[in-house]
Amino acid sequence: MSIQGRRGIRVALPYLLPSLLGALLFAILPIIISLLLSVTNWSGMSRIRLTDGFLKFVAEHFVGLENTKAILADSEFWRALSHNLYFVVLYLPLMLVLSMICALIINAPNRGANVYRVVYYLPVLTSWVAGSLIWKWLLSPVYGPINNFLAIIGIEGPLWLQSEVWAMPSIVLASIWKDMGFYAMILLGGLKSINTEYYEAARIDGASKAQMFARITLPLLSSVLFYVSMLSMINAFQLFPQVMVMTKDGNAGPNGATMVMVERIYKYAFRYGKMGYAAAYSWILFVIIMAFTYIQKRGEKRWVNYDV
Amino acid sequence: MKTTRNVLSLALVLVLVLLPAFSAGTKEAAQGTVTLKLEQFSGSEATLSGEALRGMIAEFEKQNPTIKVELQTIGYDDYFTQLQSKVVGGNAADVFELNYENFVAYASEGALADVTSLLGDTSGFNKTALDAFNYQGVQYGVPNSFSNVVLFYNKALFDQANLAYPTSDWTWKDVEVASKKIMSLGKNIWGFYRPLTFHEFYKGAAQNGGSLMNAERTAFTVNLPQNIEAVSIMAGWQNDSKIMPTDADMAGMGDWDLFKSGRLGMLVTGIWAFGDFTANCPFEWDIAIEPGNVQKATHFFSNSYVVSETSKHPAEAAKLAVFLAGSKEAAKLRVEASWELPPVTYPEIIDSYLSITPPENREAVFASLDYLVTPPVSIQQAEMQAIIESYLGQILSGKQSAKAALDACQKELEAKISL
Repeated sequence: MSIQGRRGIRVALPYLLPSLLGALLFAILPIIISLLLSVTNWSGMSRIRLTDGFLKFVAEHFVGLENTKAILADSEFWRALSHNLYFVVLYLPLMLVLSMICALIINAPNRGANVYRVVYYLPVLTSWVAGSLIWKWLLSPVYGPINNFLAIIGIEGPLWLQSEVWAMPSIVLASIWKDMGFYAMILLGGLKSINTEYYEAARIDGASKAQMFARITLPLLSSVLFYVSMLSMINAFQLFPQVMVMTKDGNAGPNGATMVMVERIYKYAFRYGKMGYAAAYSWILFVIIMAFTYIQKRGEKRWVNYDV
Repeated sequence: MKTTRNVLSLALVLVLVLLPAFSAGTKEAAQGTVTLKLEQFSGSEATLSGEALRGMIAEFEKQNPTIKVELQTIGYDDYFTQLQSKVVGGNAADVFELNYENFVAYASEGALADVTSLLGDTSGFNKTALDAFNYQGVQYGVPNSFSNVVLFYNKALFDQANLAYPTSDWTWKDVEVASKKIMSLGKNIWGFYRPLTFHEFYKGAAQNGGSLMNAERTAFTVNLPQNIEAVSIMAGWQNDSKIMPTDADMAGMGDWDLFKSGRLGMLVTGIWAFGDFTANCPFEWDIAIEPGNVQKATHFFSNSYVVSETSKHPAEAAKLAVFLAGSKEAAKLRVEASWELPPVTYPEIIDSYLSITPPENREAVFASLDYLVTPPVSIQQAEMQAIIESYLGQILSGKQSAKAALDACQKELEAKISL
């Protein structure tokens, strides 16, 4: 490292310190603690102190990889994981297409662009709890507006959140409503950064709008699309508040239809008195997300184009 | 402009940092008073029970001028989550409320103070209820209330259907017959409501001569033939005889609301509904001992006050717990508010409880105590209940037969729950 670099750090450190301290206290330290807890059988109901014999506590309650083994051997884990994957499969493509359409609408030279921008972004600013409650009401089988509307056009709506088949699609619907605006804004940023000269040249050559979209917009947007799909996949694995608020809590939805990983972690940590087990669960989730991100990153080379 | 803003934000930060230092707590030591924190889930601010609780606390403070009580009521749904983080962080209230099902877990984790020697005279307490909060020979709390479940029925619907009112001899068969007649009165009128939950299942099993654990509570017996039969009949109320509305039929309406709307003949629910039904039922109703199948069995629900192991004033805390739970003054307020049963044996309190109507047949509340069955309890209570309920859901939805589901349930419980 050059002298300047080292001096740079000395100058930067005081400025970084406040946020570094926050990260250390509220992110890095808890991560280390959860790793230690994941090899214990701590119930999460007895008192422990970090400053007073914490390592001794860990040693006394040490169970090694027992938690991890028990989780992987339990069919419930695979069920929860499959529900997460089901969510991703429904959510990701729909999300990409719809947020792309939103971004294109906002980007088009029309008068109401700012209005659209606000409308699409509002759900992002709404808290998940409030949003979930609204959706719970919208999807209510008898009193809900959605089923009443379907009845008008002669369709008998499903039981939505109370139906084993429709519970997860309902959650996907609400999640897309909530997240679409966020991803649309990122895609919009990508659209704005595409040089307009490309389109002009294409137009002179007589390209149609569809051709321009397929041959210019999509390839040049691929890096942003990649980023969006990675981000939304990570979010999808962390699916939690909407499930907790919208579907029946005790059974994790109708017959466990919305039992997902983070919901399990929460239940084991705060309902079932198995904090060590829950910590191990979250590390498994971490590894899964890592693996999926790695696979996506590998695929990146095939289709992502960084020469804007 | 910029400097002003910086100065202002710095001032704001300082205020926020220093504020806690000046808050309560510093004053009280000087005056020699003790402030106790009390947290609970039963009773709500808005109803008569909240008023009764505030009355009890006022009376306690009057009798003990050196003790002040800070009450915080938290809804049942959030209560246990917040309690857990407080216990772990060492910030639990001096006195807090626990239900019977969660008591064992907290007692076994060492979160509760031993109050055996701090309770003073406990002769006024109902013995069954008091013993429920004794864990391995140590008294960790006092019951503040107990309650059971009875059969509520809508007299008006019974009259319209020309039916005799339920009696203490009724069985599941009678319920089914009466329900069908009531349902013939019109569309959207239902006969019976008793959901297939963990609590209803353990009681239903007992009513059919079964049980979920052996008598010594050392092994699960979930797939006994009696249990399988009980669960098939109970699921059948929704799926076969259809005397009971499904979730879809209810469309988000609660069972109490359905009863109050006058469209439900019979409802199995707790006596804590008395206050609400008295105020909000525009028709006459009464109660009877809950019908069983081959024998009677009724619920035992009890909540208790326990003292936190971290409390700095355990003696005062125990005093508060005993007063709220078992004093004559508190019991009287509890009865007047129709807020469950006070766990006491004072005859005049019991008499005044019986004299309040509706329901006409209040004796059924006490008669039901003869058939109490306590729930199966484990240190992993919540997990055990969730496992059992997940299989009950399988049976209700018709995905698995009662036998297959309970066999699988037994296996999973044996693997996951240590007794």
